[in-house]
Amino acid sequence: MSYVIRRLRAFPLVLIGVSIIVFIAIRLVPGDSITAMLGTEAGLLTPQQRDSLAIYFGIDQPWPVQYWRWFTGLFSGDLGISVTYGKPVLSVILERFPLTLELALLAMLIALSIGVPAGIFAATRNERPADLGVRIAAMIGQSTPSFVVGLVIIYILSAGFGVLPTMGAFTPFWQDPLQNLGQMILPAITLGCAFASSVTRVTRSAMLDVLSDDYVRTARSKGASERSVVWRHALPNALVPVVTLSGIEFGYLLGGAVIVEQIYALPGLGRMVLEAILQRDYALVQGAVLFIALNFMIVNLLVDLAYAALDPRIRLEGR
Amino acid sequence: MATEMKPILSVRDLHVSFGPAASAKEVVHGVSFDLGVGEVLAIVGESGSGKSVTALSSNRLIDYAGGRITSGKIELLRADGSVLDVTSAGKQELTGIRGAEIGVIFQEPMTSLNPVLTIGTQIEESFRLHRGLTGAQARVAARDALERVRIPDAERRLKATPNELSGGMLQRVMIAMALACNPRLLIADEPTTALDVTVQAQIMALLAELKRETGMSMIFISHDIGLVAGIADRVLVMQDGKVVEQGELSQILDKPQHPYTQHLLHAVPHFSSGTAARTDGARTIAPLPRPTLEVDDLVVRYPLKGGWFSKPVGAVHAVDGVAFDLMPGETLAIVGESGSGKSTTARAVLGLVSPTRGAFSVEAQAARPGQSRLPVQMVFQNPYASLNPRLNVEQILAEPVIATGTPIDKAVRDRMVALLKRVGLPEDSLARYPHQFSGGQRQRLCIARALMLNPSVVVLDEAVSALDVSVQARVLELLVDLQHEYGLAYLFISHDMAVVERIAHRVAVMYAGQIVEIGDAKSVLSDPQHPYTRKLIAAVPTIDRRNQHFELDTRQVPSLVRPVGFEPPVANWLQCGEDHKVRAEV
Repeated sequence: MSYVIRRLRAFPLVLIGVSIIVFIAIRLVPGDSITAMLGTEAGLLTPQQRDSLAIYFGIDQPWPVQYWRWFTGLFSGDLGISVTYGKPVLSVILERFPLTLELALLAMLIALSIGVPAGIFAATRNERPADLGVRIAAMIGQSTPSFVVGLVIIYILSAGFGVLPTMGAFTPFWQDPLQNLGQMILPAITLGCAFASSVTRVTRSAMLDVLSDDYVRTARSKGASERSVVWRHALPNALVPVVTLSGIEFGYLLGGAVIVEQIYALPGLGRMVLEAILQRDYALVQGAVLFIALNFMIVNLLVDLAYAALDPRIRLEGR
Repeated sequence: MATEMKPILSVRDLHVSFGPAASAKEVVHGVSFDLGVGEVLAIVGESGSGKSVTALSSNRLIDYAGGRITSGKIELLRADGSVLDVTSAGKQELTGIRGAEIGVIFQEPMTSLNPVLTIGTQIEESFRLHRGLTGAQARVAARDALERVRIPDAERRLKATPNELSGGMLQRVMIAMALACNPRLLIADEPTTALDVTVQAQIMALLAELKRETGMSMIFISHDIGLVAGIADRVLVMQDGKVVEQGELSQILDKPQHPYTQHLLHAVPHFSSGTAARTDGARTIAPLPRPTLEVDDLVVRYPLKGGWFSKPVGAVHAVDGVAFDLMPGETLAIVGESGSGKSTTARAVLGLVSPTRGAFSVEAQAARPGQSRLPVQMVFQNPYASLNPRLNVEQILAEPVIATGTPIDKAVRDRMVALLKRVGLPEDSLARYPHQFSGGQRQRLCIARALMLNPSVVVLDEAVSALDVSVQARVLELLVDLQHEYGLAYLFISHDMAVVERIAHRVAVMYAGQIVEIGDAKSVLSDPQHPYTRKLIAAVPTIDRRNQHFELDTRQVPSLVRPVGFEPPVANWLQCGEDHKVRAEV
């Protein structure tokens, strides 16, 4: 417990660091909110109009002042107002987040439920044709861009089976689970494909290592069946790298999957951030990046806790 | 009685190969032996002699290591009186005999238990597999199994994971597991090689007792004839995958027929209580020369932190007030168990750990950076891990010279060639890489590397422990010759008393971070004064003492963790010989 508290104490520092970098980086991009919003018509503004718009957006002040204002706002939960949506940044993000979270969870579920068994399957048939097959499939899955996978899936389903991905306005899971899953399953598979391929490869190599360990030999010397040797003795020892990989991938997915959201027309975080950058929606970009960084830190903390749960040799307390 | 005489295991003309059929390499060439019921057979040989492969063929564990029985027969007499040919048995039959009829204990207890499962779960598994016990019944059976191997506080240990127990405890757990279902045959594959000598004695005593209790048969694999002398009925000597000699224990020990058996018995250091100690010590010369190395009040402590604010809560006193000096041309052996602080002392002398306090003076301390003469060099235990596989021999030998900032010129190259020749490596080795050498050759390479800078002190940290016995003997000879030639002072860290006896002029015994006894080798080894030294020496297995009974002792080594600011009481030394003193225990 004290470990978790110590980790949480580091969060604000990281977040401040991230926020300063984003704050500066987005302002280094040429153009500002006004030109981005009005396009060429921005040239028609009188200096007075331009100034009052700048005051409205809060970009009339020097950077440090802008940062300080924004930073102090954080403590009251105020991330600023999004220029493009005309709403508080936090509510824009929270609107988009459930979809992204669900998509990431589904993709991970798919990846683990395909990748782990496939990796074990390959490892226990090391260098035999079945192993080679799995490795080739994993290589293809990993190296094919997700938009290709997505388009191929849509093509096969619509042309081959006459099933079309459920389009239309996004339905949250709690409103209509079936409708929601219909919308989410294809994007999840698309994301899960590459994810599963990495999981397969990592599981395979970790299992190969573990299967040659001494305690596996001990288990066999006790007369344990191959199934018990693999699932009970070897797998728990091989899971640490799989958890590491899953944590990293999951963290990325929580930042949104731009291409997949675009293909399946899903209103997720990824597209929102992309648009916010194009629109120079400073407050929204800052808020979103901060939010994504926070997610990443939480996922990393969970990964470290998972290590300790998996392996009693890893002691978090007192570190 | 006639049926009783049937051997429990009968191996005939066993051939085992490794690798794919097309390029298979045969490592066991036609081994045959019989093992009687209740008999202990020792298989003795050096690494690569095929002793483990032979033994692990009897339950076909060798299949999982990439081995294949290409021909021969292994007949196992099962508990119900039927005979099973292991070479042609199916998967089901094999898992049926493993654990139930044949138990195995392996060399490395630290890695042979599953790190993520509790001790209890791992022992219960055997009962679950072969006895069909579950839940509370399995738990009770597991506790009984732990008690049988004399593990104190068994109930609580069941919930421990392997990382919470010492090596000796883990090997007991391994034995408990292997014997859980009362197998009639136990294969012990170098079960004590990774353990300290006193722990080894404990495990051997335990195995002997359990064998008396259960009447099981045993195959005991070892490279150490002295060790098997106390337990074996018959001995089988293997070399290069063949049996060179087998027979009754006394016959092999007293009238060895084959030259290799004679070599194993005589060329290999056996502990002889100080009678074989060296007599060419530097302290025999009348005016004592200036010591090459003086260590005074060496203290190494690692602070322990805890609580919410990482406050210091104590310290591990790894080395506490160690003092000794080392003359030119002298070997001081530091002996003790793992955790006694002997390696930490060596590392502090090398500057690899920074001492909490203490004074060193090295005769050649005047060496300035950039001068190609550095006082202290080292040779480590594992010759496989202490050579960078990406560097060739020339680069390896150049490293210490480069570290002093000296350019590699003709003179340095000449020295490389001369040293290679001196340590007994071919001159054309310079362009070769470490993997092209055997373990013994690599250790010679490490020695050559240590000598590149013409040091005055060489720290040898278990430098011959990883080598095969006969290789070990030759490397020891080389070390002694080099010492005479260059007047080297050796700080020799070892747990192996037989090796220490061959190379040391003086011996320092370390226990719980402190030197408890120090003096000339002959005096310390033949007439130990401190209770710990006595215990240590009594635990060394020897051929002469093979019938001595060693008492089981389950006490643990005291903890080295002390409260903040703790200072040990000043040592009170008792002189008990011209050069022999012992710490008085309060």
